[in-house]
Amino acid sequence: MSRRRTRQARAPLPALVVALAVALVGSLAPAASGQVAVRAETLHTVSGPVMEDAVVIAGADGAIDWVGPAADADIPAGVEVLEAAVVTPGLVDAHSVVGLAGALNSNVGPVRDQDQLDRSAPIQPELRAIDAYDAAETLVEWVRSYGVTTLHTGHGPGALISGQTMIVKPRGSNTDEAVIVPARMLAATLGNAVTSNFDSPGTSSKGVAMLRGALIGAQAYQEQARRAASGGPDDPQPPAPDLAKEALVRVLDGELSLLVTANTATEIAAALRLQREFGFDLVLDGAAESYLLLDEIREAGVPVVVHPPMSRVRNASFETAGMLAEAGIPFAIQTGFEDYVPKTRVLLWEAAIAAANGLGREGALEAVTLGAARILGIDDRVGSIEVGKDADLVLYDGDPFEYTSHVCGVVIESEVFSRECR
Amino acid sequence: MQQRFPTRVLALALALALVVLALPPPAAAQDEVQVFRGAYVVPIAVPPIESGVVVVRDGSIVEVGGPEVATPAGAVEHDLSGQWLMPGIVDSHSHVGSASGGDRSSPLHPDVRSLDSIDIASDGFWRARAGGITTVNVMPGSGHLMSGQTTYLKLRDGGRTIEDWLFCDDPATDVCGGMKMANGTNSMSGPPFPGTRARSAALVRGLYHEAQAWLEREGAGADRDEPDSRDLRMEGLAEVLAGERIVQHHTHRHNDIATVLRLREEFGFRVVIQHGTESWKLADEIAAAGVPVSITFIDAPGGKEETLDWSLEIGAILEQAGVDVAFNTDDFITDSRLLLRGAAIAVRNGMSRDAALEALTLAPARMLGLEDRIGSLEAGKDADLVVLSGDPFSVYTKVEQTWVEGRQIFDRSNPEHRRYAVGGHNVYRLSAEEEAALRELLAGEGL
Repeated sequence: MSRRRTRQARAPLPALVVALAVALVGSLAPAASGQVAVRAETLHTVSGPVMEDAVVIAGADGAIDWVGPAADADIPAGVEVLEAAVVTPGLVDAHSVVGLAGALNSNVGPVRDQDQLDRSAPIQPELRAIDAYDAAETLVEWVRSYGVTTLHTGHGPGALISGQTMIVKPRGSNTDEAVIVPARMLAATLGNAVTSNFDSPGTSSKGVAMLRGALIGAQAYQEQARRAASGGPDDPQPPAPDLAKEALVRVLDGELSLLVTANTATEIAAALRLQREFGFDLVLDGAAESYLLLDEIREAGVPVVVHPPMSRVRNASFETAGMLAEAGIPFAIQTGFEDYVPKTRVLLWEAAIAAANGLGREGALEAVTLGAARILGIDDRVGSIEVGKDADLVLYDGDPFEYTSHVCGVVIESEVFSRECR
Repeated sequence: MQQRFPTRVLALALALALVVLALPPPAAAQDEVQVFRGAYVVPIAVPPIESGVVVVRDGSIVEVGGPEVATPAGAVEHDLSGQWLMPGIVDSHSHVGSASGGDRSSPLHPDVRSLDSIDIASDGFWRARAGGITTVNVMPGSGHLMSGQTTYLKLRDGGRTIEDWLFCDDPATDVCGGMKMANGTNSMSGPPFPGTRARSAALVRGLYHEAQAWLEREGAGADRDEPDSRDLRMEGLAEVLAGERIVQHHTHRHNDIATVLRLREEFGFRVVIQHGTESWKLADEIAAAGVPVSITFIDAPGGKEETLDWSLEIGAILEQAGVDVAFNTDDFITDSRLLLRGAAIAVRNGMSRDAALEALTLAPARMLGLEDRIGSLEAGKDADLVVLSGDPFSVYTKVEQTWVEGRQIFDRSNPEHRRYAVGGHNVYRLSAEEEAALRELLAGEGL
């Protein structure tokens, strides 16, 4: 502002005209403050009933200001209005490795881009996702262009504990601009998916024993720290700082969930057994054979981040998500599956397979919005279209799950990221 | 000897009789006339027909028309009202049945036949049936410049050995498939394999020059009754040079695709570009060469360096340039149950519906040289049919029935069949051999 004034003071007439024109254009263009309105023929708020001909006004602060019938909408002058046949909340991918894993899929050379799994040790809870996430990775833009506005990503399956996960919005040029929860879960894996990566554990039961040992070690660490802190004459010295144990203590304290990739019924039962022993906050991941243990999972009150329906996990079923829904188990759909080329990457098309195989449109939409947000503990912020929540919206020209429909706009916190149908 | 002879004859006759008794009775369905009535019929070669009728006799289509087509006396009628009926889907690139090709002794195996290794009992064929696929080009892998001969299979009801599913009569003398070739990174490794792209092309050119010289020496009709003049490697290549055996060429990058076009120009073989990830960059050149492209449709770019420039517009761009386009599964890479899906996403990205439907049927049939028998609903063609619950490009549509030569091979209303459509516990079992083949396919080569 001050610079412009200085310029004006010195400027001859033409420069003044230019300055005036810039000011005028500025007032006509979309508000620089970032306000935007979206008008939908069909609006899926997910938290409430489906609305016909409705408007969402996204505020300058990145939150939703107003939702209601178009006839009652009071859209501020100058605010850009996007129109679409169908609008849903921004999609929430409940588990992915995008940003740590890149499109090149290379583990060697100067352009290696596979940071979701370090094979030097089977238990590494201290590895932080924020230290590896690449906000500029091609795949980040790719998943956003198909409607993902919140991404639970980080360390992947393949180690007993491969590291931490984080929650980002797929935006910005660096991690700080993207991250909304820097550490959300620890990624653990049971069974053959681990034994194939390490000399030890070489068996499933050895893997569980090692996990139990690590958690008991963390309990002892926690106990020693507590006694040291109480300051009595017989109390021990505080333990030497240990990043791995610190991370496990956060799991024992319920600050971080343990996301356990368990696909066979044996692995799922082992995960539930560990949860009963240590009382942590368990989220089942993959869970291909969860249809064999629906009662046990429901009784344990454990949510499931089911594998992508199209992934080639052994004994997978297109109907698993539908069966979880019918059993009343909280669940979400993810895209994270790295075992084959090509990868499962587009959340919409994964949810589409579930929608068409017993889950239905509404169920599938909830599984990739509010259902996922609840499991991630961010449903106060994302997952539905409600006043005060983040203005994350996806625009479509038809049924979101139809292969032949298009995503025609993606809005993250009132910022429009794409306007083209694709 | 003489005394025992009659006993032997008797025993043989008895054995024969037992064999005949043990065989399933000839299926009535194959002999009688069947009428498929009332569906929205998509014949491919001609425009769709509302409430269409397809008449089938002895496994062949005898008539395709509108509701006015009468049902012959004694015919079995199938009411398909409200459903769609289209030709059986042709998958021009698949690895179901865990076929193997050549070994690591050489990068070039023109003599190796995949048909000698296919496991006809593999559950993988159920993915194909459940996906509406009736013809499959089973390929050896892409880890060699030439991994061997591919096999064209018709998924006929009740196959016991691979002979029951072949398009040819005699594998010892007939062309029963294509020739799998590959270039780019998958087929490069340590000696005796090439370490560079140029070395790859040089090895292939050397082999074809050898084959040309052999043909010159032996003549096109080399006598297969003369063991001295036999050379299985050269015979396979002679069929390629004669245009009888089509080269099915794995290739991704634009420069590798250009190499394929250059080799075709030099040696004059028929070739299909398989995968063709960057074929959209050379659409005009490919169209001018008259070379078709069989696309493996993936959801996102990457997975390896050669597929970073994948474009979902590939179908539209090739169609507009006039290239013959097919979609394939490359199963286990993508799932045979979801072949329709790739075509649907191509339509989302600008390909015409007609071209996308043809890309699942008649176009791949042409790419296998089988368009006279399969790929469209026309009188005289094999009665290979798919019944769908609705628009083939809708995610909500289900493959309800699959028919091969007038016999049903998949019926979603049958619980034993339905489980293969959705999957579940112990539905798709893997033999140790299949598991090993898959590991090699996925870890070593991938797409």
